[in-house]
Amino acid sequence: MSSQFDLRIVPRLVLALAGAAVVAWIAYKGLQDGRIFWIVTLNGITLAALFFVVSAGFTLIFGLMRVVNMAHGSLYLLAGYIAFTIQTNNYGVSSNLLSGSPATVTSWIVPLVIATGVIGVVGVVMQQVFLRWNQGQDLRQALITIAISVILADQMVAHFGGIAESIQQPAAWPDSVQLFGVRYGFFRLVVVVGAAVAIGALLFLVIKRTRFGMIIRAGVDDRAMVSALGVNIQLVFAGAFFIGALLAGLAGALGGTMIAVQPGNDSAFLLDSLIVVIIGGMGSLGGAAIGSVALGLVNSYADVYLKFGTTDLTNYAILLTFVLVVAMLAVRPLGLFGRPA
Amino acid sequence: MIAGPGPRSRSSRIPQWVALGVLALFLAGAPSVVDSFTLSQILTKALWLGIAAASLIFLSSYGGMISLGQTGIYAVAGFTMANLVHAEGGKNLGWDPVAATAAGIVVATAFGLLCGAIASRSYGIYFLMITLAISVIVFYFFAQVTTLSGYGGIRSVTPPAVIGNPVLNPLPLYYTALVASILVYVGIRYLARTPFGIALQGIRDDPARMQALGYNVALHRALAFGVGAFIASIAGILSVWYTTQVSPGGVNVAQTINILIIAVVGGLYRLEGAWIGALVFSLIDNYSRVWLPNVGDWLGPERFETVIGVIFLVIVLASPGGLVGIWESVWARRNRAMRGPVEGSGTVADVVDEAVEPHAVQSRR
Repeated sequence: MSSQFDLRIVPRLVLALAGAAVVAWIAYKGLQDGRIFWIVTLNGITLAALFFVVSAGFTLIFGLMRVVNMAHGSLYLLAGYIAFTIQTNNYGVSSNLLSGSPATVTSWIVPLVIATGVIGVVGVVMQQVFLRWNQGQDLRQALITIAISVILADQMVAHFGGIAESIQQPAAWPDSVQLFGVRYGFFRLVVVVGAAVAIGALLFLVIKRTRFGMIIRAGVDDRAMVSALGVNIQLVFAGAFFIGALLAGLAGALGGTMIAVQPGNDSAFLLDSLIVVIIGGMGSLGGAAIGSVALGLVNSYADVYLKFGTTDLTNYAILLTFVLVVAMLAVRPLGLFGRPA
Repeated sequence: MIAGPGPRSRSSRIPQWVALGVLALFLAGAPSVVDSFTLSQILTKALWLGIAAASLIFLSSYGGMISLGQTGIYAVAGFTMANLVHAEGGKNLGWDPVAATAAGIVVATAFGLLCGAIASRSYGIYFLMITLAISVIVFYFFAQVTTLSGYGGIRSVTPPAVIGNPVLNPLPLYYTALVASILVYVGIRYLARTPFGIALQGIRDDPARMQALGYNVALHRALAFGVGAFIASIAGILSVWYTTQVSPGGVNVAQTINILIIAVVGGLYRLEGAWIGALVFSLIDNYSRVWLPNVGDWLGPERFETVIGVIFLVIVLASPGGLVGIWESVWARRNRAMRGPVEGSGTVADVVDEAVEPHAVQSRR
């Protein structure tokens, strides 16, 4: 158009070059040892699947209600503890076979379903009691959920202790599967990724194809108008909060089996959800999927490939997450698919 | 209209400064009244926590930015300083403590400016989340990079000779924290009246209009964040002197939230609230561990976080302006009863909304 040089191109150019360098480095390392590359990639993808289940609920609640549920991580952790407690106390399952039995499919599924359902109800109660009458006051709602997360975190330490526990997967399931010439954990690859894909597809169908989804989409754009058209928007809100909390609960039970149930997971997964939606854009399901994959891959590649000759920088891997967020915000302040509130 | 936190006439400002002077004198004399345990565990702690909260309240009340990044920034100051001086763990570079303190503040302020540049284009809840991410990432950074944080923290950090050993003699540190608090308070009040401060408040109230008037909104917000970082770094340095050590566990998410709790309990929109909140926090922190009865697993001397969480919840639900807000709304109600409704004098709740969503308030009017 004109000869004037547009300065805004500079950060994009720098980022594109940096991105190309990173891809080249990973490709170079990948060609050196394809086996490790696949395992690291699968680590990233399975982690991304878990991130997606957690952050889908987070972003759904935000998209419709503009509520940043800072207690989302606490709901995640609480679900893990509930499932673990039921599995241990009611089914006598233990990783130590001297003091308990191995898990069966039932003694894995039932605690998962109960924990997920309980967390869904907890979410609705939280919304009805504390958030409903503060609608439209984003910050106050965020502070309320922070307060709830503080109380929940302390109470979970009081009731479940500070030791890392793990929910046992059914003993009947295979330990690993063969894929691209490497053996990889069955639970991570098949169950968690499968659950994430199923949830993504289900949410997509519900939001794009059903009447409830139509109302949600309309509600995201204009709450007052939807309400004026005779839709009971409060019921929709409660429903959305239920689903959002449900997803946190499901992720908690899955994550508790895949990784562990321990104090600190609440803030870790809250941070992961935050980063995912900052990258993907608040309220966007597709954004959550892309953000999850980006975060998962960055985490797992950085853990392995941040070694240059003898210089081991893997300790600094967390900074790459920071760089990822900064890079995204520099180009798109509202995230990939974010829209102004 | 530039509505500072409580536009008030000159006549009502003079008693305010007198009150501040009296309070400062009272605090200066406090060591002769209270025992050294109370002085150290309650007052000194309240002063440095108050400075940390003040950095948050400065950003929220004058800039409309609720930042959870202050803990991350003060961690950077504390760790920088602790690595540069003689200490166990960490780099132990043996710098002069005063030079190391200056370096810590400079590094943390520079880091704050960088964070400000990143976050300055985001508003309200987005800003809150980005700054929370900053704090958490700083925590994980120091938790993982053990060459900079020792194993489980840097201990026996050498303070300047003036401070001495705060465990043996808490007086010098108390007075240092007191002077720092007064300087921070007066400094912020002064800054609010400079052209920069006025422009910042204009941006808080209506960024779009300020942009249209030719102000560089993002730059102002980033610079304000840098000022907030400077204040937070003072708190970070004091906290290291206070505990004589610095560890990743001291700057985790819980501490981030604690600083927010202090600011909210005191009052997010009044600078005084920082120290009031910090005092309440220190009192509860100290005495709940002694007096709290055991109620099953639910309550007990260990359950300080539950108590402070419930208080936080009640304050947020009942009074968004915190303790100062309660006092002010009583005051405003009395004034309104005397004068009748005044146009433009919003309630505390309006100020809260306005700081978060200036546009929403605009469209509602």
